[in-house]
Amino acid sequence: MAQMNMVQAINDALRLEMKRDDRVVVLGEDVGKVGGVFRVTAGLYDEFGEERVIDTPLSEGGIIGTAIGMALYGLVPVPEIQFADFIFPAYDQIVSELAKYRYRSGGEYPCKMVIRTPVGGGIRGGHYHSQSPEAQFIHVAGLKVVCPSNAADAKGLLLAAIRDPDPVLFFEPKRVYRAAKGEVPEGDYTVPLGQAKVVRPGKDVTIVTWGAMVYEALDAANKASVEGVECEIVDLRTLWPLDIDSVVGSVKKTGRLVVVHEAPRSCGLGGEIVALVNEKAFLHLEAPPVRVTGFDTPFPYTLEMEYLPLAHRILPAVLATAKY
Amino acid sequence: MSELTRERGLRLLREMLRIRRFEERCAELYQAEKIRGFLHLYIGEEAIAAGVMPELLPDDAVVATYREHGHALARGVAMNAVMAEMYGKWEGASRGRGGSMHIFDAATRFYGGNAIVGGGLPLAVGLALADALQKQSRVTACFFGDGAVAEGEFHESLNLAALWKLPVLFLCENNLYAMGTALERAQSQVDLVAKAASYALPAARVDGMDVVDVGDATRSAVAAIRRGEGPRFLELVTYRFRAHSMFDAELYRTKSEVATWRARDPIALLRARLDLGEAAMAALDAEVVSEVDASVAFAEAGSWEPVERLTTDVYARRPP
Ligand SMILES: Cc1ncc(C[n+]2csc(CCOP(=O)(O)OP(=O)(O)O)c2C)c(N)n1
Ligand SMILES: [Mg+2]
Repeated sequence: MAQMNMVQAINDALRLEMKRDDRVVVLGEDVGKVGGVFRVTAGLYDEFGEERVIDTPLSEGGIIGTAIGMALYGLVPVPEIQFADFIFPAYDQIVSELAKYRYRSGGEYPCKMVIRTPVGGGIRGGHYHSQSPEAQFIHVAGLKVVCPSNAADAKGLLLAAIRDPDPVLFFEPKRVYRAAKGEVPEGDYTVPLGQAKVVRPGKDVTIVTWGAMVYEALDAANKASVEGVECEIVDLRTLWPLDIDSVVGSVKKTGRLVVVHEAPRSCGLGGEIVALVNEKAFLHLEAPPVRVTGFDTPFPYTLEMEYLPLAHRILPAVLATAKY
Repeated sequence: MSELTRERGLRLLREMLRIRRFEERCAELYQAEKIRGFLHLYIGEEAIAAGVMPELLPDDAVVATYREHGHALARGVAMNAVMAEMYGKWEGASRGRGGSMHIFDAATRFYGGNAIVGGGLPLAVGLALADALQKQSRVTACFFGDGAVAEGEFHESLNLAALWKLPVLFLCENNLYAMGTALERAQSQVDLVAKAASYALPAARVDGMDVVDVGDATRSAVAAIRRGEGPRFLELVTYRFRAHSMFDAELYRTKSEVATWRARDPIALLRARLDLGEAAMAALDAEVVSEVDASVAFAEAGSWEPVERLTTDVYARRPP
């Protein structure tokens, strides 16, 4: 075990896999010589050279499109989009090509790659350095979507994602890039995709969340505990395919569900989770499921701390659900 | 070199100094955590905004980049409103909702900073298309960096504007880098004038450190556009003296390269040309600094957006 933050853990995973599999190629804006704006790819250019770590122009459509070509060829590209907010120039390539290549070719052409990108708010980045667009990719059949909350999971999930046969969007919660520090297994280490994790056991209310909001849920849970309400927190880790069994298992125990996500409320992943819980555990519910989310607005600069579903908004929702 | 009247020279000097002192103050306010998030300074590039804007009419449109404090100030957006926006105050140009990269002002037809690189180009073409359809002899000035030239929007926009002979002035602020990526590491054709000209629109390169040259080139380009001759492209060669943002160790360029460019500081160049003495310069500086002081006081005294307003302006009316 080694102490690492999430940036270091992701860097470690990339280095490990690039050593193990020479088909892995990293590409993106300033990922090489500069080592990435968040330093996630630091050192890789010096270690693996410019043919394995490719600095690209400002050209998101080009980055993802060429990565798709390389993937079809049999390489394993791991492109970086500097912020998730800048992924939209590449949205056409992701939606029309990447997500559908396997299906359109009758299963003949897999498109194995991992798009890494920092996601979420909390750094006062304003409209275009803060968004959480995960649902916009889940809604496109054919993509897997991952969002770790801590350093060990980040490493294990990234290695699993790179080895996965399908295209994976790997969202990195930038707010906790450095704060999420912890023990990370050394050497090869994978966390299977599609498996949630209970990060706090409890009997009264289930909180389902992911990424940076796991810490807010923990904070709210500690405060709820003082009031005699014990929360069970399910960190999804992989957002799609969704580990609905773990969610339902917890809700069957607690009878109460609070979903927390940064993304806007409407048509967010929270809505899907609530629908599935209603379908699969309706008779176990003791209270209506609740969503604590961002608002149906663009991401604000000044009112960021009101917009985000932080502990001060989670706690009342938890207590109200518990008392219902 | 065109003839430079003292009056024009002093006006240009004042404008560049306004931008410089405003941004120096912003850097201090950032350290003091009054301004948060991202801050991209225009210092070194002031001659472009200061040179271009006086050649536009009040009714023309401006589409800017995310490094747009200088564009906004030179266009005539009130310094108070720009500073308050930096603070995120309700009195800011955009109600404090966006901060540094999102300054909008309908009164001066300033269609915004834009944190999406390349995002402004197609809509600038649309503003110009609307003017053409409405038989207006207005111009849309569209600023973007050398980095934006690699985005698809650049190519679509130049083609459409040239194809339809639209009244757009494309202003490429080539400061030789897009973040840590030097131009020659991003472009197969580093001659951006040749690149633009390949879309069959007249293109020219201008010394972006010489505010008078910038003004003169803009004047003739705008005149041609107003005569109905279609779009024009200017490459303004410049250099940012500061880091890309407040989080940039600048490992991609050498200190001596920065020093070489700093020796061509657009403010110093014009001051020398005007032969402006210490006392006159100090007096001008004092006036500018007092305007900056007043904008800081205005922003400090401002209020935060009331939380009840968080969901307004998403739609014309709030959906039920
Ligand atoms: C679509 C998009 N991709 C990436 C970014 C991140 N980014 C912000 S500024 C920048 C460099 C822009 O370079 P340039 O256009 O030359 O403008 P300059 O910073 O030199 O003024 C990058 C890569 C962004 N804002 N938008
Ligand atoms: Mg540039």
